[in-house]
Amino acid sequence: MTRKTFTLFDPALAGPAAVEALRKLHPRVQWRNPVMLVVYAGAAFTTLLWLQALGGNGEASAGFILAVALWLWFTLLFANFAEALAEGRSKAQAASLRALKQESWACRVRDAEARGEGERIAANALRRGDLVRVEAGDDSQGLIPADGEVIAGVASVDESAITGESAPVIREAGGDFSAVTGGTRVLSDWIVLRVTANPGETFVDRMIAMVEGARRQKTPNEIALSTLLVALTLVFLVVTASLLPFSLFSVAAAGAGQPVTLTVLVALLVCLIPTTIAGLLSAVGVAGMSRMMQANVIATSGRAVEAAGDVDVLLLDKTGTITLGNRQAAAFLPAPGISERELADAAQLASLADETPEGRSIVVLAKQRFALRERDIAALGASFVHFSAQTRMSGVDMGARQLRKGAAEAIRRHVEAQAGHFPPAVQATVDEVSRRGSTPLVVADGGRVLGAIELKDVVKGGIKERFAELRRMGIETVMVTGDNRLTAAAIAAEAGVDDFLAEATPEDKLRLIRRYQDAGRLVAMTGDGTNDAPALAQADVAVAMNTGTQAAKEAGNMVDLDSNPTKLIEVVETGKQMLMTRGSLTTFSIANDIAKFFAIIPAAFVGTYPQLATLNLMGLTSPGSAILSAVIFNALIIVALIPLALRGVRYRPVGAAALLRRNLLVYGAGGLVAPFAGIKLIDLGLAAAGWA
Amino acid sequence: MNAQAWMLLCAFLAVLLLLAVPTAAWLARVMEGRFALGARIEAPLYRLAGVRPQEDMGWLRYALALLLFNLLGTLAVYALQRLQAVLPFNPEGMGAIAADSAFNTAISFASNTNWQGYAGETSMSYLTQMLALTVQNFLSAATGIAVATALIRGFARGSSAGIGNAWADLTRVTLWVLLPASALLALFFVSQGVIQNLAPYQQVETLEALQYEAPRTGPDGAPLLDADGKPDMQPQQSRSQTLAMGPVASQEAIKVLGTNGGGFFNANSAHPYENPNALSNFAQMVAIFLIPAALCLVFGRLVGDPRQGWTLLAAMTLLFVLAVIALTHYEALGNPRLAALGVADGGNLEGKELRFGIAASSLFAVITTAASCGAVIAMHDALTPLGGAVPLALMQLGEVVFGGVGSGLYGMLVFALLAVFIAGLMIGRTPEYLGKKIEAYEMKMVAIAILVTPLLVLGGTALAVMADAGRAGIANPSAHGFSEILYALSSAANNNGSAFAGLSANTPFYNALLGVAMCLGRYAVMVPVLAIAGSLAAKKRLAAGAGTLPTHGPLFVTLLAGTVLLVGLLNYLPALALGPVVEHLALFGH
Repeated sequence: MTRKTFTLFDPALAGPAAVEALRKLHPRVQWRNPVMLVVYAGAAFTTLLWLQALGGNGEASAGFILAVALWLWFTLLFANFAEALAEGRSKAQAASLRALKQESWACRVRDAEARGEGERIAANALRRGDLVRVEAGDDSQGLIPADGEVIAGVASVDESAITGESAPVIREAGGDFSAVTGGTRVLSDWIVLRVTANPGETFVDRMIAMVEGARRQKTPNEIALSTLLVALTLVFLVVTASLLPFSLFSVAAAGAGQPVTLTVLVALLVCLIPTTIAGLLSAVGVAGMSRMMQANVIATSGRAVEAAGDVDVLLLDKTGTITLGNRQAAAFLPAPGISERELADAAQLASLADETPEGRSIVVLAKQRFALRERDIAALGASFVHFSAQTRMSGVDMGARQLRKGAAEAIRRHVEAQAGHFPPAVQATVDEVSRRGSTPLVVADGGRVLGAIELKDVVKGGIKERFAELRRMGIETVMVTGDNRLTAAAIAAEAGVDDFLAEATPEDKLRLIRRYQDAGRLVAMTGDGTNDAPALAQADVAVAMNTGTQAAKEAGNMVDLDSNPTKLIEVVETGKQMLMTRGSLTTFSIANDIAKFFAIIPAAFVGTYPQLATLNLMGLTSPGSAILSAVIFNALIIVALIPLALRGVRYRPVGAAALLRRNLLVYGAGGLVAPFAGIKLIDLGLAAAGWA
Repeated sequence: MNAQAWMLLCAFLAVLLLLAVPTAAWLARVMEGRFALGARIEAPLYRLAGVRPQEDMGWLRYALALLLFNLLGTLAVYALQRLQAVLPFNPEGMGAIAADSAFNTAISFASNTNWQGYAGETSMSYLTQMLALTVQNFLSAATGIAVATALIRGFARGSSAGIGNAWADLTRVTLWVLLPASALLALFFVSQGVIQNLAPYQQVETLEALQYEAPRTGPDGAPLLDADGKPDMQPQQSRSQTLAMGPVASQEAIKVLGTNGGGFFNANSAHPYENPNALSNFAQMVAIFLIPAALCLVFGRLVGDPRQGWTLLAAMTLLFVLAVIALTHYEALGNPRLAALGVADGGNLEGKELRFGIAASSLFAVITTAASCGAVIAMHDALTPLGGAVPLALMQLGEVVFGGVGSGLYGMLVFALLAVFIAGLMIGRTPEYLGKKIEAYEMKMVAIAILVTPLLVLGGTALAVMADAGRAGIANPSAHGFSEILYALSSAANNNGSAFAGLSANTPFYNALLGVAMCLGRYAVMVPVLAIAGSLAAKKRLAAGAGTLPTHGPLFVTLLAGTVLLVGLLNYLPALALGPVVEHLALFGH
């Protein structure tokens, strides 16, 4: 799939968003956001006041009331626009997903053995438990009609539509690579799969629902924040409403000025209530989900993304996450009487045609250690013997010479079959290597055992830095491995993880997660195998690999389409970003109010108490311009902050206290100061235009 | 602030801290039920009342128990006032208190407000003073401490259904903290000259004849009016004076220790029989802050991290010191118009006892309004405009700068939850305080607790300035009259009880309005706080790590103090602008 990425104000999105912003003026839509509903009511009310003023008996000049009313409507439209823009991005992503759900036909079969015959059935009529046979180049061009599990056959499958990864992957019955996703395509061979999801419940359906529904479901923190915003709105409602009697009393007591007008009170109210965060709140949530999508992670709910921000323990599988998935040759350990070079030479020959990473690494090591150049296998007249599940060996035949490498047991059988003898010294070496947690490969020339090759885990480049970063974020990393303690300890030290679980069984993993949770920690893990499912279900944040089994995907609350276990770190950062953006915008919004007070209060009461002009710190031109400037600033700041809401506040792994200090300074102190400058500028603009 | 004021402030803080630490240790021991001897003495009391002290109550039951207890207290105070004429210990033959005043006073003393619409020496019998008012001084203080303790338990416990036993908490804190401390303090006061007797009022002959004016009254007792419609004033002369007597010391001790503030006499702590000298004055000031300060440290002890308690105490102290500096500064500045006339250059001494002076009067004014005490040694009405705005603002912040016994701590913790919520989001985690996640339910309760008082203060003030009955009580027109009403409502709704004076508040209108404000201001905050306690107690306590927001240290102190100030400022800035700020600008303007 060509997943599009959009620039911030992409015309393709901004246009429809502007239209959508108008459509969102429907009261039913506004009802969901109580803060903006107050703005809505205020805008409608001032519009009525304007109509009254047009009739000649207004409380202030019609032009002033109109200006305030218009800017209140703009405030509303800007907030709608922000939401529509964020939704537009999500919708575009959903649309590209929906393209996967094209009408297609499936061949339903009775059992896995059935060949050729089957009933033609619409893909959307398939039910959980149905068996379907998919073959490359069949009626539906090998399109896999539904999510399922392969029960027979093996095929290469193009999953680029989901993952964006162009290299096909092998899917086969049994093991951890048996899950297929509807909408992907069989490129070669055939498979029979058992459908695991009813129509509307498939993976793609869930993705679309998640992307489109992001704004409908509020996350727990969003609900708590909304409560606070509503409370603030109520307080400010009382603050402004009480100003009318206060003003009436003051006018009577001072015998000067006019009572404050309703237009000014509405303007003050809208300026005080936290419109900035309320207007951007849903956009922040939608944008967070959208960012996850861009990182190729599908979360089942916004709650899961938020929980990711809270995680303080990460369980990481050793293989594939901390170490490269493949081991690499690290040493040649010759049998007694054999030189190391001789062993290296044989090992290199046996590996020349072996394209597996392990095989390549043997060739590389031989070159490094003894400068043994790669030789052309064809020129040597050698023929390659492929690895097979029966022999569990591979190698070359060069004339009479049979070079083999393989697991110790396989080689023992091989040499003993040729009346050879497996030297005890080599056996001791093999045991020693195993104990270290490395993998021994034994090399034999005919019936003669030459020695062993040690294959070692290689820690991924840069992973140590990531772990250090996590530690600064306050997240503990735990490596989980089936290796013995010694090996695990060695790799753990090399990778810089905080702790490790060695010789881990799925039950151990589950127990470890429970132990952390009982100690009050939140645990995240990644997993792919079926035996990971219980642990995934127990973990607070569970990212299943897309290459993993259906069971794993269902147990997790996120699926990583790239199947990249280090993605967990990005997930955590995105979760944090979402919360930080909300918190920072809230702080900014509340801090803004101080300046607005200083703009509006003197303007509203200077007629009654001329001394209050002293409070006009910004030196605003006139009371009318002061009020209008505050209202305009309040509307424009929403637009100005849309990029921040969509992109998110940048997360820095510097520890909680430093992060708080920084954000308090930027959004708290900044929020105090910015409106003083902003309102003054707008006032200057109004004065220059002669509207003050 | 001059050197004398600074020295007084430093001495005050030093003595306060010195006493707060052992008090906290003792309070924690009592509230945890670790005072074994006490438990043996309590046991028969519990048996008699049918209370099982070990039984844990859920938050709702705890709240209902306290509400019921306070309702009974209110009814008792009301009944005693109404019946005092026929009850003993009434040497001056005081008549029954009017229904509206009795209603107001009953709520006032049960809610720890001690707003006094009446004047003690001219209306209350000794029995009413002792059995109604002094008893409620103990019980309302105990109620506050019980709620604070329940909230502390909410933080300290994990996955627990209960927040303690209300009856046991009330009994323990009354018997083993409030009673002994008050007894000691009362003895000290007596040693300084505070009176303690049941004798009738004394008539004494004064050395100097007193000249004064009084309106001529007609046969019905109403003042006769002269041609201008003003009361016809006649010069009078007197050589005799009535000295009010009574069991003062016993009430005085708990008045300050329990941050009650209801004076035995109308002049409150400015009266020489309540507060005879500088030493007794110093002791009163320390006593007002002692339990609120100690409770912060109790909080730290019981949640297992003393730093948390010190942090709250530091935030309170920071706000307190700022207030002292501001008030003392404006009082020392004095009134520029008087200075221009050359009649006063030593600062503003109007309404102050000369034996206490500006520094002590300013410090006392801040202490009594920072804590929800309300005892006074100077007339707050006569403070300079911005000097008077300081006590006003301190009350409007929600009585969290030390605050009332118990209520100060739980009020501050509500603000801490708010600060933690916003700050927690800003560092990208679900906000948590002491390992407890702050979620929608807690925020809802925090919102209610923070909403109630501004609603009462602003709504009540709006009502009073609109109603004829409300405006009728104003003695000074214009902005100052507005300040007087705002002060009365702020004092009542935040359960402070001090009066700006100048407002004739012993009228049915104000007695009813302020009664409702005191009642809601106390209980509509207390119940959500207990709900928070219950919800927190049920939650698991999460472990703190490098990623969790540290809720101790200077950064958090600043954050917490900033949150309190910001919320208060946002709520009251417009009202303050129309009252004290306008007055100040008018006074100092050109």
